[in-house]
Amino acid sequence: MTVSINEISASPGFGHDLPPHTLQDMLRYMMLARALDERMWVLNRAGKAPFVISCQGHEAAQVGAAFALSRGKDFVLPYYRGLATVLVMGMTPTEVMLGLFARATDPSSGGRQMPAHYGCRRLKIVTQSSPVGTQIAHAAGIGLAEKIKGGDAVAWVSFGEGTTSQGDFHEALNLAAVHRLPVIFQCENNEYAISVHQRQQMAVASVADRGPAYGIPGISVDGTDVLAVYEVTRRAVERARRGDGPTLIEARVVRMTAHSSDDNDRTYRPPHELTLVRHQDPIVRFVAQLREHGILSEAEEQAMRAEVAAIVDRATEEAERAPMPEPETLYDHVYAPARPRR
Amino acid sequence: MPEMNLLEAIRQGLDEAMAADTRVFIFGEDVGKRGGVFRVTEGLYDKYGPMRVIDSPLAESVIVGACIGAAMNDTLPIAEIQFADFIAPAFNQIVQEAARIHYRSNGDWEVPLVIRTPYGGGIHGALYHSQSVEAFFAHVPGLKVVTPSTPYDAKGLLKSAIEDPNPVLFLEHKKTYRLIKGFVPEEDYRVPIGPADIKRPGEDISVFAYGLMLHYCLEAAQTLAAEGVSVEVVDLRTLRPLDTETILASVRRTGKALIVHEDNLFGGFGGEVAAIIAEHAFEDLDGPVMRIGGPDVPAMPFAHSLEAAFMPSPASIATAMRRLAAY
Repeated sequence: MTVSINEISASPGFGHDLPPHTLQDMLRYMMLARALDERMWVLNRAGKAPFVISCQGHEAAQVGAAFALSRGKDFVLPYYRGLATVLVMGMTPTEVMLGLFARATDPSSGGRQMPAHYGCRRLKIVTQSSPVGTQIAHAAGIGLAEKIKGGDAVAWVSFGEGTTSQGDFHEALNLAAVHRLPVIFQCENNEYAISVHQRQQMAVASVADRGPAYGIPGISVDGTDVLAVYEVTRRAVERARRGDGPTLIEARVVRMTAHSSDDNDRTYRPPHELTLVRHQDPIVRFVAQLREHGILSEAEEQAMRAEVAAIVDRATEEAERAPMPEPETLYDHVYAPARPRR
Repeated sequence: MPEMNLLEAIRQGLDEAMAADTRVFIFGEDVGKRGGVFRVTEGLYDKYGPMRVIDSPLAESVIVGACIGAAMNDTLPIAEIQFADFIAPAFNQIVQEAARIHYRSNGDWEVPLVIRTPYGGGIHGALYHSQSVEAFFAHVPGLKVVTPSTPYDAKGLLKSAIEDPNPVLFLEHKKTYRLIKGFVPEEDYRVPIGPADIKRPGEDISVFAYGLMLHYCLEAAQTLAAEGVSVEVVDLRTLRPLDTETILASVRRTGKALIVHEDNLFGGFGGEVAAIIAEHAFEDLDGPVMRIGGPDVPAMPFAHSLEAAFMPSPASIATAMRRLAAY
């Protein structure tokens, strides 16, 4: 049941009938995620941000998928590389930077969690932790609740290929498959779990091969192609809303940075590979596609880059000015207060 | 007021909660047609259907993990872990996720989840159907841990747990399921999570227990009464949050404290109660704070002789009470 991207790409017409302004919006989000991410590294190296973990190279996989979801209705459960995901779902650049600086008004955690542990109930971005894979079980449960309630929201969850070694991945896929739950499992496969290559992580060639083992479709897609990811996700969402159950999507992406600001990937990645990933930049690719189809002029591209840079400057300044959490708030929110009985 | 056993009281509590609120559902192994291996959920599948009494795959981590997700999507899940001995695969989901979600999201998300699980021994369950797990979980802020001992408390605490916006680990001593009977009112009531309950007032020594051991302590207290020693037996009922006020007030009255649990002693819950008493009631003490717990062996063996040697008994508890009273 594993489907390859070649079949998906066979659909006629560039952009899958998305209007030009939507295609430009997709690019804008990808550029925004990249610019924020790059600024975080600068702030880290300047000693202003203790920790950065990157989205670079994953932007197309995340933006493509998120554009196939219904914002404010569907649940997303991103993992720590999900910067582009949360931007599309409605988190603002300033809010992202508040998390980087661990400020009191950080919407994800009020400065309690490490950066990139995004969450916001209003936006249906589910809070995440650091032990990998736990969120996959939560996604299945959100789908189970949705089925019990008779709603048609879907749960979209992302994780790396290393996480597919965790039991929660297998348990959650199995549960979602048995009950045909409205869940989309997106594995963003960048071939590395910190330093460990995919070859040491699994004996199958593609994470998508796991799907049929659970009785669900497994689809492998070029995760640097934003429109391909959009299309496979759109179909998976349709399938989930129809009540036909979950889909496992492997988005093959590149990790363009070290695992985190505390890692040095030159100690385990060969030099030619580090050069190669620079040539697989999903943003460069999408710009070229839009240019080729006459959807983005050079002037528009330059304007977009300037707009994004200004947004990042403003977000950085606003977040840096925001106050730190007060020490006495340490004890807040250990337990939720009792609710009035219905 | 009808009399029923502890298991029937829990079943009635589940039934009434499901009837009152359609958001409540049950998720666990064999909870559906079979009604659970102990029959706690018997009849609920027929009454509420397969969408609200759901047989889960045999995988504890996703039982809890999925219920966490469901709790964040406006339902009130009740997870059943078939035996507390099998809760270990779900430890990550309970401790890292359920207990920390409200805190780590700065109060944004809530996990209104109840995890019911039978624990404890004395029923020939051997190493893997007899364990007490409360110490692992009572250590964790963000989690509530409830250990009812009577049918009345079990039903009332269960309803409070279902309505609580926090994750609650609801520990049911499996030997009390059919052994312990009591009157349960027909009207709707709650027993609040938190307060301990003095099950037998006394003047000479204070004894703190929960679950099956609470009943063994009551039996031993009866024996001691015949010997002229007045024993106060306090049912802790909730281990987290712990009712330190009731504990300290009792010790200040009697000047003597004994804590009894079936879980092994080292690092057990009794150590926390003893430390609280030593720290805050030192000047009121007329003797050492004593503890009885299971022996420090990995778990309870199957053979009757070995199981009996593991379990604290009314007789061994009475012996400790006499020693304490003699100070």
